[in-house]
Amino acid sequence: MMNLIDEGGKRLDGRSFDQLRPFSMQAGLLKSASGSAYIEQGGNKILVGVYGPRDSRSRYGTNQDKAVLRCRYHMLPFSTEERKSPQPSRREIEISKVIRDALEPALLLEEFPRSVIDIYIEVLQSDGGSRGASITAASIALADAGIPMKDLVSAVAVGKVNGHLVLDLSDTEDKEGEVDLPIAVMLNSGLITLMQMDGKLSEDEFRQAIDLAMGGAKELREAQRKALVQKYFKEVDS
Amino acid sequence: MEDDKAGRYVLPGDFLGSGEYKSWANAIKIGDKFYATRVGVLEMGEDRIRVIPMSGPYIPKLGDVVIGKVIEVMPVAWTLDINSFFNAFLPAQHAFRSFDPERDELSNKFKLGDLILASIAKVERGRDSMLSLDGEGLGKIEEGEVFRISQVKVPRLIGKKGSMVQKIEELTGAQIFVGQNGIIVAKGPPESITKVKRAIEIVETMAHMSGLTDKMEDLLR
Repeated sequence: MMNLIDEGGKRLDGRSFDQLRPFSMQAGLLKSASGSAYIEQGGNKILVGVYGPRDSRSRYGTNQDKAVLRCRYHMLPFSTEERKSPQPSRREIEISKVIRDALEPALLLEEFPRSVIDIYIEVLQSDGGSRGASITAASIALADAGIPMKDLVSAVAVGKVNGHLVLDLSDTEDKEGEVDLPIAVMLNSGLITLMQMDGKLSEDEFRQAIDLAMGGAKELREAQRKALVQKYFKEVDS
Repeated sequence: MEDDKAGRYVLPGDFLGSGEYKSWANAIKIGDKFYATRVGVLEMGEDRIRVIPMSGPYIPKLGDVVIGKVIEVMPVAWTLDINSFFNAFLPAQHAFRSFDPERDELSNKFKLGDLILASIAKVERGRDSMLSLDGEGLGKIEEGEVFRISQVKVPRLIGKKGSMVQKIEELTGAQIFVGQNGIIVAKGPPESITKVKRAIEIVETMAHMSGLTDKMEDLLR
């Protein structure tokens, strides 16, 4: 097994176990989109555009009672070390679905019957935990688009490397570690909207992992709020 | 954020207050607690609580005057794009004195791409809303330059009793039509249009500024 933690208890990139990678978020940078956001988290650089609610051109795939949420997670050819084919891969289709499912519980889609809301996620540069970063950013973009939502969704992964529980896995830790557990949460209600797990954890470790994730999500949520405040209220305060 | 709750800026998921409120808007009730669902400014009354949104789509309301673009000519009605998540339709009776489908051809009146100033006559959940031309000045807009503004900033652009839009018309010399749906059409010589464009940008970026109507003159110079 690769040694991912040094004698001083630091991870490969010098972080402690409960530390997030450096991150920054920005809201509302695309003019033609209804709402947009950009996030950098570790090596991830992800741009999200939300379009809609808008009239669906066809009856197919619409719902008479609420808006239909559609999501596309896409990695650009230059986002990985080796060129990635721009065609949607099996992994991207799966991630699109889990992101959609992680965001939908937060949205009040009943307000826009028969319409569609599209979320386009473009990964410009990828690192570990890109689905979490995508959810965090998409949540900002949805708020920016003015789509009514119960709460912002914040997402982060917890993992186990060399027997230690750690927060916000990097790509190497994700690949070489024992466990990867991405979690998305609406912090007001504590409702978890995404949880996937690779590997095994004991019940005790699992509880600790959730606590660790909640701590990370709290920090990310603060940054989500800041990004929105920056766009909407910054000029007001100055 | 601030302790003083009313007038405070809120984001989705922010706790607004708890208690017996009879009505609420852009907020959600969980148990007896209220949370914001949109980015906006909080307003609290005796028994009501609401968030005035700062972003979001245009939602048709009865009586709103909007500017729509004809996107389809049907046998007895026109379909208009009103910059919302639904289209709207304008029945032919509104445009012809006594409409007879065998005699009257709809495209003689309004064709594809025409801009029409109309009022919302009927709104039904899950259906396209109906438009009407009953009202002063409603009908086809013959010419002009089209601009868009976020629909939440339209009240600011219109101003108190139309003061802002009158001021802009006065300062630029252009004739301006404003739809509640965020579509604006300005008519006038090119230099006026350039000024109108500036004025709209000013409102868009400084909508929160107080006394903007009075400052507009200096800002446009």
